[in-house]
Formats: sequence, structure tokens, C-alpha cells
Amino acid sequence: MERLVPTATQRLWMYETMAKIRLYEARIAEAYMEGKRPLFNMAKGPLPGEMHLCDGQEPCAVGLSVHLGAEDYLSCHHRSHAQAIAKGVDLRRMTAEIFGRSAGLSGGRGGHMHLFDFDKLFWTSGIIGQNMAPAAGAALARKLNGEAGIAVACIGEGAVNQGAFHEVMNLAAVWKLPFLCIIEDNGWAVSVPKHASTAVPENHVRAAAYGMSGEYVAGNDPDRVFEAVGRAVARARAGEGPSLIEIQTTRLQGHFMGDTEGYLPPDERAAKAALDPLPRYRERLVSEGLLSADLEATIDTRIRRELDDAFEFALAAPEPEGAAALETLFA
Amino acid sequence: MNSSVTSAPWRNRVERKLTIAKAINEAIAQEMRIDPRVFLMGEDIGAIGGIWGHTGGLLDEFGAERVRDTPISETAFIGAAVGAANLGLRPIVELMFVDFFGVCMDAIYNLAAKSSYHSNGRFKAPMVILTAIGGGYSDSTQHSQCLYATFAHLPGLKIVLPSNAYDAKGLLTAAMRDDNPVLFMFHKNLQGMGFLGTVKTAITDVPDDGYEVPIGVANIVRPGRDVTLVGLGATVHQAMEAAGRLSQQGVDAEVIDLRTIVPLDRNAIVRSVTKTGRMLVIDDDYRNCGLAGEIIATVAELGVPLRAPLRRLTYPDIPTPFARSMEQFALPNADRIVDEALNLVTGAAK
Ligand SMILES: Cc1ncc(C[n+]2csc(CCOP(=O)(O)OP(=O)(O)O)c2C)c(N)n1
Repeated sequence: MERLVPTATQRLWMYETMAKIRLYEARIAEAYMEGKRPLFNMAKGPLPGEMHLCDGQEPCAVGLSVHLGAEDYLSCHHRSHAQAIAKGVDLRRMTAEIFGRSAGLSGGRGGHMHLFDFDKLFWTSGIIGQNMAPAAGAALARKLNGEAGIAVACIGEGAVNQGAFHEVMNLAAVWKLPFLCIIEDNGWAVSVPKHASTAVPENHVRAAAYGMSGEYVAGNDPDRVFEAVGRAVARARAGEGPSLIEIQTTRLQGHFMGDTEGYLPPDERAAKAALDPLPRYRERLVSEGLLSADLEATIDTRIRRELDDAFEFALAAPEPEGAAALETLFA
Repeated sequence: MNSSVTSAPWRNRVERKLTIAKAINEAIAQEMRIDPRVFLMGEDIGAIGGIWGHTGGLLDEFGAERVRDTPISETAFIGAAVGAANLGLRPIVELMFVDFFGVCMDAIYNLAAKSSYHSNGRFKAPMVILTAIGGGYSDSTQHSQCLYATFAHLPGLKIVLPSNAYDAKGLLTAAMRDDNPVLFMFHKNLQGMGFLGTVKTAITDVPDDGYEVPIGVANIVRPGRDVTLVGLGATVHQAMEAAGRLSQQGVDAEVIDLRTIVPLDRNAIVRSVTKTGRMLVIDDDYRNCGLAGEIIATVAELGVPLRAPLRRLTYPDIPTPFARSMEQFALPNADRIVDEALNLVTGAAK
């Protein structure tokens, strides 16, 4: 297979974006827990509702988005802060949305599981597997309009057992759509391990059933993701049809905040921290001379400034008027 | 027909308060012990004990054959429950949030709901579908709906919705013993899970023996003369709070807990309105073509003499917004019930 190697700039971008995502989630977690201690109640605090963090899954997002441009459509799931940030979704308005403020992407209607940024062609759904078909439709629109641009759907390995996955894969293949399905294999669907829900150990073999190319990316490594996705994106852009890529990754935290993961086998729980892809990637870049202490400090400052700005913007924005609930039902 | 069965006879014993979650758990465990045909399947009901806290311990007691974690394949496992039920098993299937039923609606309304009818009664589908409903904690558009009227519109499904732990155990036991598909909906705010906020009045005394609360019988939870407040699930508690406040203002409200949506206890409603001459239906589901409208039509078409127009207080016809300000704007609550009821009684109703 043709080797695809990210440039130094691309690798530094992937590192910086992973670091940004991780810090972003830390701040979200902090805000989320405000008012929820000592008694955890989802409705309390400045950030109510469910919260699914993506710590550990950053390589999927950055290794994908590094290949995507403004004309490419990305639809995601309930755990999508990483993809949103990597796709360049407006961080101020995304944060405002997560806090339910009027300045948010959807004026506070959607919240963290429903992030929609039309300017960045970013789209999510909290119903498992149901983000697949709209991505196929977006790919069809690009094809029929004769426009550049592909469409990508990201789903979890648990979502692959949803009917929508199989229907969309077949449709994308028979119509030869510029479409890519990315499966983030973190091994768990809430409390159900992959081996108890999925009849094959790796979903890439299922691509054969739809006559498309499939690949499994081991190691939760941005450079490996970059390579596999790069090949698939090139095929899609060249009109050669859809691909399936499953990426091995790790859900470093519980399914949602408040999940104590009592169902995790103790050895798996103990092994988790060592699977963190961020320090590993950082060390590699340092050892290869790409990342110096100075550069790291510069990057860190830049990230913190951007996050400070986004959170300040979000928290300064007013909550919507109650009656705004009645607006935008119809366009 | 006697509308009130909460005074079910049970032996002298110490009062024992349970949450709805615990009451559901006990009902399932007791039925599984006496009926080997009963088994449970759904997402995260095994090791984790259900994200709503009601299936804990069942996997340990009954094993993985009878307590089955499923893939996220609702079309497959809810449809499979129909086939298993047709051949003599009595599945209980859970789909965490009612909002997720869209992906498997055919299994519900073309397979389960029509099994008996289009087989001329030969293929029974004795199955229970458990699901959580309701919002109020900022879970936004795809995780906060009630949707009970959607299912009530489809013939062939019985639908129950307990407001308290006593009814939850009794209705679920009746549902498991029913030869038809029964949708058992529990409101998250009543479930007794601290992380969702808990309405304390849903935690009630529950007999430890098995017992049934019959499906299709409403409960008069507070008798009154001036106005009938009809609620179900969470809105019963709002109506009771409102009734307490109304009584301080000299208005004596009767509160009906429907308990069952299909079949609907129309007699209990009509009897009450015949007595009070006024009715306010409180419904946390969407308004258009909804349950409140159905209840109002039931009274209207009988020509019951009225002292005020029939009214409804419902969730509006919009998805549930995330932001707290907007969600609270949309949900019914005790304050609004008091206002509406006072308007009815003082004749100020628009
Ligand atoms: C149709 C549907 N069924 C069930 C759920 C509840 N649910 C939300 S996330 C989840 C697990 C998803 O697992 P996976 O796809 O592997 O993604 P991960 O959470 O691991 O990132 C489940 C069962 C849902 N949102 N939609």
C-alpha cells in the first residue's frame, strides 16, 4: 500500500489540536461539576444535562480533519467535541451552545449533543447511527451538483450494529458516493463490551459485504489515522467511491459524566491511563526534534488564550428568553 | 367500576417505602422467579443494572440467558421479542429513552401491535416494553420527549405510566401477566434516581408480596368538588401540589391519576367532571392531536353539563430546548395549574 506521511506542519497541527481538545474537555468537566457536588444531579449547575467527554479519542478527530476542507461535510455523534474543534467549528459559539446561551450555535436549543455549524458543515445527532444517512445525502448532493467536497460520518463501534449503518453503507457503495465512514472503536458501548455486541472482532471486514475498501487502524495513533484516512479521502475525491475505516481508540473516562464504570474489568481500568495517546504523541514529536520546550510553551499559551476567550465569550452571553423556545420550529 | 384500588388489601406489616426504580426491580424479579417464560433484554440492563437503576442484581440472580444485554440493534431485539412472545416466551424489553423508538417503530406498530389482530388472535405478543420519558433536566431535543400519545394513536398497544412506586410495581406485574404488548413508561423525574432529581411523593409504600394494579383503571388521588385536574405520571404530582395551594384559596380540586393511557378510563373522567363541572387536563406531551385533546373530546361528546369551558395545559408543539430558561418556559408546572384552575373557577378563563 502507498505510504502517506504527514508533514511536520500537519503533525504539529495534529498535536496542537489534540492538546486543545484535551484542555477544552478539562474546562468543560470543571464547569459541568460546578453545583453538582457533593450530590450529583444532572439538572444542577451552570451546565446541566448529559455530558460525554472524548478524552483519549482525539487521534480519530485530528487524523481525519487534517484532510478535510471547508467544502467537506462531517456528521458526528454524541461524543463529538473533538471532531467539532478539529473541523474548526467556531469555538466561542460552540461553547456558548454547550452552556445554553443565546449566542450559541443554535441559540441554546441544542446543547452539547446537538452541535450544528452550517459555516463549517458540521452536524451531529444523539440518536445512535442516525447521523450516517444525512452524510450519504450530503455526498450525493456534492456528486449531483458536480461540486468538490466529500462527506464523512463518524460513529462508535457500538453504532455499527444499528440498521442505519448497514443500509447506508450499501447505498453509498451502489451510488459510488464520495463518502467515508469512520468508526471510533473504543471497545465499549456504555457498559457493553464490543465482543458482546459485535460478531466480528474488527469491523473493517464488513466493508467487503458492501464492495468497498475497509481498514482497521491499530494503536490510537494520529499518524496511522492520517495515513488510512488520507488514502480513503483521495479515493473519494477521485470519484472512486466510499470507504470504511475503523480506528482503535480509548475512552479514557466513563460513558458520560457521572458514570463510575463499575462494569469495567479491574485490569482494564488499571491499564487505561497508560493508553493515553496524547503524551505518547508528544514524546514522539519531542524525540524526533519537532517539538521543543519553547514551542510547547508557545502552543500551550496559544491554546489557553483561545479557550479563555471562548469561555469568557460564552459565559458573558445572556441566557435566552424563555419564549425564544417558540422560535425557529419552521424555517 | 371502582376507580380506586390503592387501598388494595395487604397483610399487617411495617410500611416499606420504595422508589419506582426499586419497585420495578422487585416486580421483575418476583415474576421471573415464578414464571420461567419471563426474560429481560435491552441495552445496559446487565452488569450496570440499567441506567435508570431498576435492573440491578437481576443478572446475578437469573444469569445471562434470561438477562441479556443487547447490541444497539433495536430493530432486531424489539422485533425479536415479538417472535419470542409469539412462541410462548414473555419478554421484557427495554429501550432506555422513548426518543429512540424511531429507529425501530416498525417492530412496535406493525409487528407487536398487530400480531394478535392480523393473525385472528392466534399469534399473541405477551411482551412488555420498558422505557423512560420526560425532561426537565436539560437533556434537549432527542432525550426529553414523552411521546405517549404517539403510541396511543396506534391500536394494539396497551400503555401504562405510573406516578408512584406502588402503582409501578402493580402495573408492571399486571403488564407482565397480560397477553398483549404493553408499553410501560416511567418518568425520569419520578424514578428515584438522585442524579435526575427526585419527586419525593413518588416514593411510596410498596407491599413486598406480588400484586396487580389493573390496567385501565384510573385513580382518584384527591377528591374534590370544584374542578377536576387530570394528570398522569409527573403531572399528577404537579396537580397535587396545585390542589394543595388551591384549597388555601377556597377551591376544592379533584385530582385524577390516569395510570393507564390505553385503555383509557373514560368513565372515571366523565364521572368526575359530572360532579365538578370543570376540567383542566395537564399533559407534558406535545399538544397537537394529543392525549389532552382526546380527554376533552371524551367529555365534550357526552354533553356533560359544564360550569366552565374544558381546558388543557400541555407541553407546546416544539421540540424540547436545551437551555434551562427555554425548557422551563415550555413545561407545565404547579404555578400554571393554579392559575388555570383559578381562571376556570372564577370564570376568568379566556
Ligand atoms: C438509537 C439509540 N439507541 C440507544 C441510544 C443510547 N446510547 C447512547 S450512546 C450509546 C452507546 C454508544 O456506543 P458507541 O457507538 O460505541 O459510542 P461511544 O459511546 O463508545 O463513543 C447508547 C446505547 C441512543 N442514543 N440511540
